[in-house]
Amino acid sequence: MSNGVTTRTAGHETRVPGRVPLRVGRFSTVWRLPPVVVVAVGAVGVVLAGAAVLTVGDYPVGFADVFAALVGASDRATAVIVLDLRLPEVLTGILVGAALSLAGALTQTIARNPLASPDITGITQGASAAALIAIVLGVPSGGLAGALVLPLAALVGGLGAGLLVVALAWRNGLESQRLVLVGVGVSFGLTAVVSYLLAVARIEQASQAKVWITGSLTGRGWEHVIPVGIALVVLVPTVLLASGGLGALQFGDDTARGLGVPVERARTTMLVMAAALAAVATAAAGPIEFVALVAPQVALRLTRSARPPLIASMVVGALLVVVADLVARTLLSGIGTPVGVVTAVLGGPFLLYLITRGRRETAR
Amino acid sequence: MSTQTGDDVIDGHTGRVRLRAEGIEVGYGGRPVVSGLDLEILDGTVTAVIGPNGCGKSTMLRALARLLPVTAGRVLLDGEPLRDVPSRRIATVLGVLPQSPQAPEGLTVGDLVARGRYPHQTWYRQWSSDDEDVVADALERTGILDLAERPIDELSGGQRQRAWISMVLAQGTDLLLLDEPTTFLDLAHQVDVLELVDRLHREDGRTVVMVLHDLNLAARYADRLIAMQGGRIAADGTPAEVLTESLLAEVFGLAASVITDPHTGGPMVVPKGTSRSQ
Repeated sequence: MSNGVTTRTAGHETRVPGRVPLRVGRFSTVWRLPPVVVVAVGAVGVVLAGAAVLTVGDYPVGFADVFAALVGASDRATAVIVLDLRLPEVLTGILVGAALSLAGALTQTIARNPLASPDITGITQGASAAALIAIVLGVPSGGLAGALVLPLAALVGGLGAGLLVVALAWRNGLESQRLVLVGVGVSFGLTAVVSYLLAVARIEQASQAKVWITGSLTGRGWEHVIPVGIALVVLVPTVLLASGGLGALQFGDDTARGLGVPVERARTTMLVMAAALAAVATAAAGPIEFVALVAPQVALRLTRSARPPLIASMVVGALLVVVADLVARTLLSGIGTPVGVVTAVLGGPFLLYLITRGRRETAR
Repeated sequence: MSTQTGDDVIDGHTGRVRLRAEGIEVGYGGRPVVSGLDLEILDGTVTAVIGPNGCGKSTMLRALARLLPVTAGRVLLDGEPLRDVPSRRIATVLGVLPQSPQAPEGLTVGDLVARGRYPHQTWYRQWSSDDEDVVADALERTGILDLAERPIDELSGGQRQRAWISMVLAQGTDLLLLDEPTTFLDLAHQVDVLELVDRLHREDGRTVVMVLHDLNLAARYADRLIAMQGGRIAADGTPAEVLTESLLAEVFGLAASVITDPHTGGPMVVPKGTSRSQ
């Protein structure tokens, strides 16, 4: 911490300034206040904004009735609106925001480049293109077929694009600059595929396809919440357990290898996890713009870390999507603005503010 | 090869082979830079690798530290082939400081040095009292404990290099490979870093292999010099054995007198000019 606290933990004096130990039994870590504050405040924000989203819509429901519906004490109509229609949309937003942001935090760390997010390096475009191919081939977006086939296609497309980027960028190992450039190339290629498919698609297919180009939470049900939820329950602990080498990976490859990190394997594993997270999220809500790029960078600056913090990034990503959803449903309700447009409008300026503020602090 | 170390003899000097290269070939993209090279590094010695630019000295050091895979032959660490040992276990025995390492913006010196503990950590044990003691000692040994909360990018070149050496020390290995640890430093800071290396050798009996450009500093701080040329070892021995006028002419293309260093009594190179300028 920058204020130089040297507190005593369990009778042990801090020997390395700025690294206050936190030890419970065999568990030990460094106590840092900013990430804890960001996670706590962010989580409260997610709950409040999420509750607010549950109240708005064609049929307004008060906060008290929302609470009653959540604990199972409301009338049937309110319960249907809150629990069956709105809650899955809100939860999809929270989970998708967290998944996209974690994916971005991983790719930005392993590529040592803030631009290296899944939406810049082709993973979300791969998911979109695959879903569009399925639509043009005649898979309806509604019904059981749509609910199963389209997300599956998006997942395969996203992972496929991620693997394609790795395969094309691989040259005696993965070099980060090459990874980003190849990713941008693949991303442009897939965007062209999306445009072509939209041009050849019939009009009703094109309107179905809209969600796969902009990202939206409208009409998301439990069938969208559950796959993302399962993916997060599996992938988040895996990522956190495997994240020990991420700090070392931020150094050059030689330094990381010298510290004992199997660089290529660690980087490929993390990239596949990131691609899976981004693909699952895109499969549920379409490519919600900018979250994977901006949320980890916002979390990085709020927590004053040297690399995107994983848990704080997830909370900030979830908050960004839920707040954007709230704005889309209230201030922009008449226009039917997709949430992805609002995340870009909200996230972009906030990141710019943090970057310019940071520059002034360094210049001082 | 001579193991005579003059007044640098220390307790830990057992003559045990720590690193052995057996006919190694190593290079970049299928083009070998070093080939058919044999080498032994004995416990408790300080070895400096010298040679003209592009002679393969960094390449050889990177192969010894398993940063580059060998395409032929093998490297043994304490008798075990490097490729059979998990990278993380190697990192608890062998510490390496690569050439011009890069740190992310905003990383503090304390956090940088703490990352040297990576090979000793598990997911639940991230900052044990052992980690803390070793990192604090590493910061103290390099004289930068008071800089622990400063971002690494705000430090001067000399301080930054000490921070990186401190990170390698925090790894807690008694074998250190340093690739040009004095590059981009002014003379006073070069001496400063090498005095630190000397203390690590004398006081803790650490074994050091370093790539150096300055021949006089190499002669002063190493008890063994390895001169490389065209990917092979051209001369190997004590500074006095290696730094001869004929070797300087042959390996570096340098016309020079070798006189006696007034401080150490060792060899000292005084250049006259290169073969190119004559």
